[in-house]
Amino acid sequence: MTTSTDAFTNTQLGTELTIDEIRDGFELLDDWEERYAYIIDLGKKLPPFPDEERREENYVHGCQSQVWLIHHLDPDTSRLYLLIDSDAMIVRGLAAIIMTAFNARTPDELLKVDIESIFQDLDLMRHISPTRGNGLRAMVGRIQNIAQAEAA
Amino acid sequence: MNQAAPRTPQALDIEQVRRDFPALNQSVNGKPLVYLDNAASAQKPQAVLDAMDQYYRESHSNVHRGAHTLGDRATMAFEGARDTVRGFLNANSISEIVWVRGATEGINLIANGFYDRLGPEDEILISHMEHHANIVPWQMLAQKTGATLKVIAVTDEGELDQDSFREQLSERTAVFAITQVSNTLGTINPVTEMVAAAKEAGAFTVVDGAQAVPHMSVDVQALGCDFLVFSSHKVFGPTGIGVVYGREELMHEWPVYQTGGEMIHRVSFEGTSFQNSPYRFEAGTPAIAEAVGLGEAIRYLDGLGRDAIEAAEKTLQQRVNEWTADFPGLHPIGTSSNKVPVLSFTLDGLHPSDVGTLLDQQGVAIRTGHHCTMPLMERFGVPGTARASFAFYNTVEEVDTFFQGLQKIQRLFAE
Ligand SMILES: Cc1ncc(COP(=O)(O)O)c(C=O)c1O
Repeated sequence: MTTSTDAFTNTQLGTELTIDEIRDGFELLDDWEERYAYIIDLGKKLPPFPDEERREENYVHGCQSQVWLIHHLDPDTSRLYLLIDSDAMIVRGLAAIIMTAFNARTPDELLKVDIESIFQDLDLMRHISPTRGNGLRAMVGRIQNIAQAEAA
Repeated sequence: MNQAAPRTPQALDIEQVRRDFPALNQSVNGKPLVYLDNAASAQKPQAVLDAMDQYYRESHSNVHRGAHTLGDRATMAFEGARDTVRGFLNANSISEIVWVRGATEGINLIANGFYDRLGPEDEILISHMEHHANIVPWQMLAQKTGATLKVIAVTDEGELDQDSFREQLSERTAVFAITQVSNTLGTINPVTEMVAAAKEAGAFTVVDGAQAVPHMSVDVQALGCDFLVFSSHKVFGPTGIGVVYGREELMHEWPVYQTGGEMIHRVSFEGTSFQNSPYRFEAGTPAIAEAVGLGEAIRYLDGLGRDAIEAAEKTLQQRVNEWTADFPGLHPIGTSSNKVPVLSFTLDGLHPSDVGTLLDQQGVAIRTGHHCTMPLMERFGVPGTARASFAFYNTVEEVDTFFQGLQKIQRLFAE
């Protein structure tokens, strides 16, 4: 792993920005245009993804768009940090929500996050349903597997 | 049967036609559904649903077996549908019409017959715009027999490069397998001329008619091909059934594809002899209600009239052309002047999946991705496209809604 710890911790997703704030933000929006503009904006908050990490082992399969995912366990705090990237804007926005839910938690905390109910609350459930070929489900599965492995 | 009333051959009353399709009359995400994913699968008219329902209520039994009245009814409905398909394709005899699950299984059935015919000196000629269903079975055949797979180039407009075709066609060409209409680009290929040239070179000729039959009348005798396949679900019939047309002289001798009940002439433990075509290819209990549904779909189309359907589609295509002629940031892929109404495109700065998701929010259903034509995507240097594919039941207003939806998406991303 060549990516520095700073690259992982240099984000507000899951630290300053919480799922509760996103949930509150969504409540203020009434039509699809505002909702998706907000999702696209969230995507812009994804921290930069290092080019050299775009390798086969970091590629999340099952997506129409390209999705990359790497992680880092901070040995001092035992917190798990994530970096996610995609070439599709909406997938980036949804990845930012996923990161906000999961990032900077200990593996045990992460495994307790009920991502489905978060997506349910945000009325974005269809995006993580197995029928959508956008790979968000695969992304969530990958993250939970990582947490499981690191928790063990 | 609520068969459509006779209509004037000149023009379809689109609003009335739309009432024949229950699925079109619904809202998704709070907006009236605009269904533009017809090339993936088309919606079904009420007449098809009724025919299948009535079949199950009144006539269902197994076919070709029962010594009873329902068995006779089922067999008559099933074989009647076969004859309807025969007429639809202008085939000579029902021996030439084999039921399969769809175009994909059809091509596999045909390719299966070549395993003992081809060797390392032979070539299989396909094109760069084929659906994976018309690539992979031939690739497997080539790998197994040592034959060479040759590929006709596609021009920047999305047409078959006829020089590339002539250069690669030779007496070594054993099989020529080509799509009549491209599912991704909408291009209508000059299949009649190409089939004639391939036959002259001594090749077997296979036409993938999956995307042609929804848009135009297909006459296998005029085409002159040895084989043609299509899927019912793209031609307003049910899923789970499709057709192989094969010339009668070939079909009675063509190697069987699957084996089991019904398709045999006589079974003993010393050996088994097979029936003639089409039954030699239809092992096991077939999709009877689906065959009936397909027959009804064809009758429905005949009721509307192919000329009227083509005229309605031309109107849609013209409207699409008006929009694309001046749409900043939109890049159509496949710009042939000879097309069915299919628009594959990319939008500057946007991933096709973004376009698909945001159109869905507006009630507009399109497909995004590679459309099972990965080599073609590579040819055009794109990871995928967004594709709007139209049917005769779409309206000019829906074309407008679609393009206005794209404009909205562009504004959203410009913010
Ligand atoms: C040109 C073409 N060929 C073959 C197929 C395969 O049809 P099916 O999936 O019904 O077997 C399709 C369907 O997408 C197609 O568009």
